[in-house]
Formats: sequence, C-alpha cells, structure tokens
Amino acid sequence: MRKVGNQLLASILVNAIYEMKNYPIILINTVISPLSFLILIVFVSRGELLGVAIIGGLIMTMFQAGTFLQSDLSHLKNDFKLQEMVVASPTRAGVYVAGIAISELIYSSPAIIILSTLFGLFVHTSLINVLGIIAVLLLMFLTSIALGFALATVTTDIVQSFAFSRLITTLFSTLAPVYYPITLLPEPVRTLAYLSPTTYAAQLSHGLAGYQQLSVEIAMLDWGVLLGITAVCMWVGLRKARWRER
Amino acid sequence: MGELVCDGLGKVYSGGKRALSSVSFRIPTSGVFALIGRNGAGKTTLTRILSTLLEPSEGGASIDGLDVMADANRLRERMAVVPQEARAIAWMSPVQMITAYLLWRGLDYREAKRRALYSVEKVGMSEHANKLNRNLSGGMKRKVLVAMVIASGADLIFLDEPTTGLDPISRKELWELLIDLSKDRFLFITTHYLEEAERVADRIGILDDGRLLVLGSMEELRAKLPHQYSIRVSAGADLPSFEGEKRLGRDGQLQVLTSQEEAMHISRSLLESKEKFSLNPITLDDIFYQMVGRTISSGVEEEDGE
Ligand SMILES: Nc1ncnc2c1ncn2[C@@H]1O[C@H](COP(=O)(O)OP(=O)(O)O)[C@@H](O)[C@H]1O
Ligand SMILES: [Mg+2]
Repeated sequence: MRKVGNQLLASILVNAIYEMKNYPIILINTVISPLSFLILIVFVSRGELLGVAIIGGLIMTMFQAGTFLQSDLSHLKNDFKLQEMVVASPTRAGVYVAGIAISELIYSSPAIIILSTLFGLFVHTSLINVLGIIAVLLLMFLTSIALGFALATVTTDIVQSFAFSRLITTLFSTLAPVYYPITLLPEPVRTLAYLSPTTYAAQLSHGLAGYQQLSVEIAMLDWGVLLGITAVCMWVGLRKARWRER
Repeated sequence: MGELVCDGLGKVYSGGKRALSSVSFRIPTSGVFALIGRNGAGKTTLTRILSTLLEPSEGGASIDGLDVMADANRLRERMAVVPQEARAIAWMSPVQMITAYLLWRGLDYREAKRRALYSVEKVGMSEHANKLNRNLSGGMKRKVLVAMVIASGADLIFLDEPTTGLDPISRKELWELLIDLSKDRFLFITTHYLEEAERVADRIGILDDGRLLVLGSMEELRAKLPHQYSIRVSAGADLPSFEGEKRLGRDGQLQVLTSQEEAMHISRSLLESKEKFSLNPITLDDIFYQMVGRTISSGVEEEDGE
C-alpha cells in the first residue's frame, strides 16, 4: 500500500510538481484557457451567462485533463522512453496511469480553485445539486482520462498525439455547448451537439444549477449517457492499453 | 549462481518483419555480457524481450529461474532497464529524475532522495545535481541514467547502447562506471564499439540478422575460429604462401588473419626479409569480421558526438 503511494507520488512529481516548480509559466497557461472563454462569454452576454460559463469552465477543465494526460503519456513514452523504464520496474500499469491522472488534476488546480471560487460566489443552488455537479465533473474527468489513455497507446509520436488532443479539445469543449446553453443552438446543429459527451455533462450541470429547464426524464437520460460513455471509454482504455508490447 | 537462459527465442513484429530467429544460449548472471551486432541485427529486440518489455513470438527465456513472461512481475522487482534512446527528463534535475525513478521502484521519498544524492555524487556530478537535465551535456545526461541504475539497487541491469553517440572521453568515463557497477551485479549491455566490448565484457555474443552467431569469453570466441592471430605489415611486403585471410586495413596496412603455426612461419619469413610487422592475437573486431564477413560499421556512418 505504502509502495503504491510512493509510485503514485513519482508520477505526480514528474508530471506536475517538478514541472510546475521548474517552469512556473505553465501555471499561467493552465489558468488562461478555461478563463479566457469564460471572460469572452460573460462579456458578449453582458454578464447574463456568467453562471453558465463558470460551470462550462469547470467542465472544460475536467475534460482537458484527459487531453493533457494523453499528450503527457505519449511525450514521456516516445521522447524519453520513460514508460519502458517504468514497465520494467515494480510499478503496474494502473498505478502509473492513475498517478499521471492525479497529476493532471494538480496541474489544473489553479484553474479549478479560481473557477470553484467563482462558482461559490455567483452560482446559487442547493447542496444536493452542488454534489450532483461534482459527480458530473468527476465522470467527465474519468471519461476524458480513459479516452486520453486509449489514444496515447495508439499514437506513436508526439506530433500525431498533439494533433489528436487539439482536435478533441476543439470539438468537445470549444464548439460543443459547454460555455453556453444548448438552447442557443438551432435545431439541426443541436442534434449534432449530442454526439459530444460534454454536451450531456453541461446540460445536466446547467440544469442542476437552475440555468436551464431539466425534466426528470432528460436528467435520467443524461446520467445514463454519461455513465455509459465513462464505462465504455474506461473499457476501451483498459483493453487498448499495452504495457508490455506485443 | 543464477543463469540467463534463452530457448529458441524468435520474434516477428506485427508488420511481418522477422527480427530474431531461434536464439538459444545460457550465461551466468554475473559480470558484463555484451551483445554486439550491426544496426538492425536484433540487439534491441532481444534486450527488450529479456527485460520484460516485449513479448517473444517463439520460444522462451528465464533469468535466475524466473520466466520473462510468467514471472515478469518478480523479475521487475530485481531489474533496472535503460532503453535505447532513453533520456533524462528535460524539465527535471538529475536528483529529481533519480528520486522519481526510485519512488516508482517503491522506495520511500526520503530514502529515494538520499540515494539520488549519493549516486549523483558517485558518478561525479555533484555540481550538477540540481541543474535542469536539458542544460547538461550529452555525456552528463547519459550519466544521469547510469546514476539512476546505480541508485536502484537492482541486480539485473539492461542497458541498450548506453555509450552510443558519446564522445570518446565520456564513453570511457561511462564504461568505468559500468565496470564498477558490474562487480556485484549482472550487466546486459548492447554496443557496437567492439574495442570497448572486448575490454569490458566477461562474455560476448554476436548477433547478425536475428541469429546468434557465437557466444563466449574472448578466449572462447578465439578458439572457435580457424585464425587466431593477426599480422599487420605494409601492403607491399613480400609474404610467403600461407593459409588464412588477407585484408587491407583502414590504415593502408595489410592484415593477415591466420593460425598460430602459420603466424610463426610468416613472422620468421618477415624477420628474415627485415620487414616491419606486428603480431597479435585477433581482436573482437577481427572475430566479428570473420564471423559476419563484414566490419561492424560497414555501410553505416560513424556516429560520434551528439
Ligand atoms: N517495432 C518494430 N516493428 C517492426 N519492425 C521492427 C520494430 N523494431 C525493430 N524492428 C526491425 O527489427 C529488426 C531488428 O531491430 P533491432 O532489434 O532494433 O536491431 P538493433 O537494435 O540491433 O539495431 C530491424 O530490421 C528493425 O527494423
Ligand atoms: Mg538497437
């Protein structure tokens, strides 16, 4: 148990703490991307969408964790051969990846702290709904981590991997109705938006925060879809991942 | 004492490329074993299979009685591996890199840090202990990985081309560290610097085109060849007729590979005609040439310096 703790710590140190400590500029980067959208949306909507955009920022931050994980895993694996050194050590695949996943949360912690503070100040809803939103965010995190892990194992170089993560970020968190309510989308596009897992997460958490009508049926559907996507992504991630190569 | 045993190992990559064909051998797991071969011979493939990084397609292998497939987790407790082209992580210092590696090996943070500082000192890098790896020279970066292995306490160590691309001085320093390390551990090293392998290795294996051609100590390798002596003489010298091989060396001198008796015979004749010549037991380079039919670097650029 203690050994697993040390192994988790190793991934966290390498992929978050040492990196942040040695290159503090990174911190600014992680804060800027979710906040810039938030500011833009709030500005354009004259403050009306403030709460919606705060929640959107949180969802995007969670979703980004997976894309960060993906590019970090392939960077460490392909450019430093670190993963092979770890494979041939007492660390198991799950522990290595879990450590890297936690490191992505730590890496994003400045953004999470700022957004959570804004959430506390500007979003007013019941405790139970806050817990619901936290659950949605966690599911989002797990989905994106699993997706990122699966992608990292199939991409063989960092450029390819980077292209993937850019594409995913744009599709799933910039274009998808995460920072704005889905009701703003005209009908045919709205259907398309439902292809993105972030849409369900946003719809659910915007509803829980009271920014959007949310019938019990729709809520159930959203939860079902989110859980389903998370399960499928984790299953694919675990199946696709190769620790020892074939 | 333990043994490393390969039994009919073969590897065909998913694209259909065959990289190893029925490799079988048995060596004690002590001292330095050097695997040599040209680029593409299969050194990395064999190293990766033995260090539990790659599944073989045929055959099996075990180290000290532990199967590389079935007992991989127990082997991983005991081994430290530096893959070909492994690099010290750019955004970390040597001490941070080694500390993290030791944590992955399961050590506690304080012990990891203590050992990291000790091993950095041991490889003569105390002054650079807290600089970023990206700012270190090529030789230093490689030393960080060796310090990592030293600190690990693992007793089965795999290093795939640890000295390739370094300047001769860094290479020498690195080999000295590795020799020291091999006193109480097993080192499995691949290289294409033959003089270094000859000087350092207790046992040498020659791999060519996925096949193991020979394996043994320098003495054993020499004994397996018909020609154990090498005479170097100027290209124009008058030589008596003899059994053996002639080749023109890079220095423009003629090299004759032959048996002991023939070598005596030729030497006498050269002495009589007052030719300058040298007589030596064959080197690993000569052995390689005789076994493979080519020099190790023919057809590849010399790659010195990063
Ligand atoms: N992952 C791979 N997929 C397909 N072919 C490979 C792979 N790795 C190596 N090879 C091929 O297998 C052969 C042996 O390669 P390798 O073991 O790397 O040789 P060496 O380390 O002696 O240079 C080469 O022809 C190489 O191109
Ligand atoms: Mg190789």
